[in-house]
Amino acid sequence: MCTVCGCSGSTVDGHSHDHGAGHTHDHAHGHAHGHGHHHHHHDHHHHHGAHGDIHFGTGAAGVAVGNMSQERLIEIETGILSENDRYAAANRARLARQGVFAVNLVSSPGSGKTTLLCATIRAMGGDVAVIEGDQQTSNDADRIRETGAPAVQINTGKGCHLDGHMVGHALDHLHLHDEATLFIENVGNLVCPAAFDLGEDAKVAILSVTEGEDKPLKYPDMFTAARIALLNKVDLAPHCDVDLDLYEANLRRVNPTIEVIRVSARTGEGLDQWIGWLRSEALAKRRAQATE
Amino acid sequence: MHEMSLCEGIRRVVDQAAAAPEIQRVTRVRLEIGRFAGVEKPALEFAWEVVMRGSKAEGAALEMIDLPGRALCYDCMETVEIAHRLDPCPTCGGGKLMPDGGDEMRIKDMEVI
Repeated sequence: MCTVCGCSGSTVDGHSHDHGAGHTHDHAHGHAHGHGHHHHHHDHHHHHGAHGDIHFGTGAAGVAVGNMSQERLIEIETGILSENDRYAAANRARLARQGVFAVNLVSSPGSGKTTLLCATIRAMGGDVAVIEGDQQTSNDADRIRETGAPAVQINTGKGCHLDGHMVGHALDHLHLHDEATLFIENVGNLVCPAAFDLGEDAKVAILSVTEGEDKPLKYPDMFTAARIALLNKVDLAPHCDVDLDLYEANLRRVNPTIEVIRVSARTGEGLDQWIGWLRSEALAKRRAQATE
Repeated sequence: MHEMSLCEGIRRVVDQAAAAPEIQRVTRVRLEIGRFAGVEKPALEFAWEVVMRGSKAEGAALEMIDLPGRALCYDCMETVEIAHRLDPCPTCGGGKLMPDGGDEMRIKDMEVI
């Protein structure tokens, strides 16, 4: 059984749990599990994946219910995402104890997140770790591992975003050093990940110059939620009639306080500035914590 | 956006709140949804029916109360109410507005029998 939530379900870190008859879930989301531990209560068939990948995705099912008499009102006053927020808060506290600075990378599919991340890791050196979120495959985690950085892949199955719970499980499987930098690469999706806190210190939106200057206006929520935007693939700008200033103006229209850095994973342009931002924010976090 | 997972979140809260054995059924759930919460109401209603099956809230009415969208205008530095995310500031016509409310997604209360 899972230590965080007490759940009994689905797949973790290379173990895909095929539940036999007699074991059902009423979890809406699938859950990840601690590695070989806590598997006592049920008969599982484990499918061991090649690398520590985590798979999510089971559904709810049900039957019918009964009758009526007199009604009464129960006050609830709870945020719909309050459960996610609790997991996110636990992640945040855990990362803070280790002095880890964590960013949540959000973008459309194809903006060049993974390539940029690999280039960032190579240029940064030092202590970094990565949590990769995709619906399927461990391709991205494999690419990250080629840089030498530890990576855990979360497969969300049907899910369109990472949530605080999934990231908590992924943290169980990452051997994070104190004061490391943690990159959480969210599922490529400019809509849903905006609403789900993972416990990160900042959301970083990545958009590439081929996506159209009006992207921030089309998907304002994500760019509003981000502290910084990386305008990627600027080496392609001369070839595709884009107005980089208009990109920035549109970003600031939906988020007047957003920082924008123009980068190219291919040429390395802007990487120094981006890494400088990461380092200064991490330092600021640790200083703030030291004075608490 | 992710109306199915929102409904799953609601179900967990409602299941807990309705766990007492004397509660037979939940007949109505009221939500407060901000204009900027990004919730597609018809999609939420559809997901509601599916997700609530098998719970005490199966067949319960879903009522959504709209909360206004508020934003801070970075031109006149006033907090204003706007209907759509990209509307200009109603006070000064400025175009740089930072949402400052209206992203609420709350379960307000429920009726049970």
